[in-house]
Amino acid sequence: MSGASANAATWSLEADGIGRRAPGGPWLLQGASLRVAPGDRVGISGPSGAGKTLLLRALARLDPLDEGRVLWCGQEVRGDHIPEFRRRVVYLSQRAVVFEGSVEANFRQPFALAASRRQSLDAARARSWLDSLGRRADFEAKSHAHLSGGEAQIVALVRALSLDPSVLLLDEAAASLDRDTAAAAERLLVDWTTASERAIVWVSHAPVSSAGFIARSLELRDGRLEAVR
Amino acid sequence: MSAGYLTLGYGQVAAAAVLVAVSGALSVWLRLGFARALTIASARTAVQLLLVGLVLHWVFRLDRWPVVLALVLSMTLVAGATAVRRARRRHPGIWVASIGSVAGSAWLVTAFAVAIVVRPEPWYAAQYVIPFAGLVLGNTLTGISLALDRFDEELVRRKGEVETLLALGATSWEAAGDPIRRAVHAGLTPMINAMSVAGIVSLPGMMSGQLLAGVAPVQAVKYQVVVMFLLAAGTAFGTVAVVLLSYRRLFNRDHQFESDRITLA
Repeated sequence: MSGASANAATWSLEADGIGRRAPGGPWLLQGASLRVAPGDRVGISGPSGAGKTLLLRALARLDPLDEGRVLWCGQEVRGDHIPEFRRRVVYLSQRAVVFEGSVEANFRQPFALAASRRQSLDAARARSWLDSLGRRADFEAKSHAHLSGGEAQIVALVRALSLDPSVLLLDEAAASLDRDTAAAAERLLVDWTTASERAIVWVSHAPVSSAGFIARSLELRDGRLEAVR
Repeated sequence: MSAGYLTLGYGQVAAAAVLVAVSGALSVWLRLGFARALTIASARTAVQLLLVGLVLHWVFRLDRWPVVLALVLSMTLVAGATAVRRARRRHPGIWVASIGSVAGSAWLVTAFAVAIVVRPEPWYAAQYVIPFAGLVLGNTLTGISLALDRFDEELVRRKGEVETLLALGATSWEAAGDPIRRAVHAGLTPMINAMSVAGIVSLPGMMSGQLLAGVAPVQAVKYQVVVMFLLAAGTAFGTVAVVLLSYRRLFNRDHQFESDRITLA
């Protein structure tokens, strides 16, 4: 199913000189500007502590900004528009958090929130993603207590995809996956972004070139965002 | 009218102290090591209560509302501060939240009790206002300190869940919902337990006191039920208030959880 229209993009995400600083201390992230449009697959690399997580969290408006703005469709994202925005621009943290209960209960959890109450879980679609990630049919019934680190990341990924967001912000989201599953996840994300008007921003400490599915690469050094030649 | 109770002299207080001395001697003899702590605690009880007795004697005799109010105010400040000191963590505004919640709920409930339930003459009659305020403050303090402690604890331990919910589009109210409920429950549980077993497991302190003072049992029961309701209401208001005030300091208008505002005490 492709909702892609001919020319006009249905959405845009923009960071306009955003920055974060330690309380009374130095800037941890400064003047970062970035534009994400439908179909984009942006990779951002940088050493540990360069501010990659801060950048993604700031993009999702999960932390207060010390400078700059985040724009969605040209509008500054703030106040009570933020929950709805975060449903469209989902941040996946490095350490996947799985709620108490079964995997399926985890997939349903976000739909209990006001921002998504009008939608409901498409269990068949979630299953097809799980298939492509090599999870057997009984995976949905598994309890949170029996999930490995990699399985937790799979749950978090499918839970986020189920919300049908426009942008996924992936913070080392494949770190706990084995090689085959990581490759399957990359293929899944490529399909997901090309099938309709979606985008991903992928952050990793590994050089971006190692992730072949990235279309546009940036580098984060000492809190500054730079293009990679 | 003759007093319905037997008055106690200092000699009788001293007689009771003999019992404590015997248990202290037991500790020394068997080397159980609690004699010192017991002695200090006994001395504190005697001195503190004696001082309170003197203050109350003075306040009762003065019979002036500013004096009653000043006493209740200082009791409130101590209660609010004690609730914070018992919690293991701090966050900005915690003192205001605690003292404000104690004051708001305890004063409201005491005023209600005095103005509508007991109706003493004059309204500020120290004999009624101070015991009521003391009871309500003491119980509210317990509820508030438990709720405060639990709220910060839940938010610290379940930070990942709270942030994940926010990242999936939860409002801050939705993301904090579980910690809020658990904190309120923690604050209210002792009061609910006390009301559930009142009269079965133990006689509540106030009722015992009234029986000793010669009050007819049914009358004493009525007082106790009124007091229990006041305490329950005061604890509930105070607990909910302190959790909501804390929530507002830890989550901002942009639906962000400012987790680094919580620090260990």
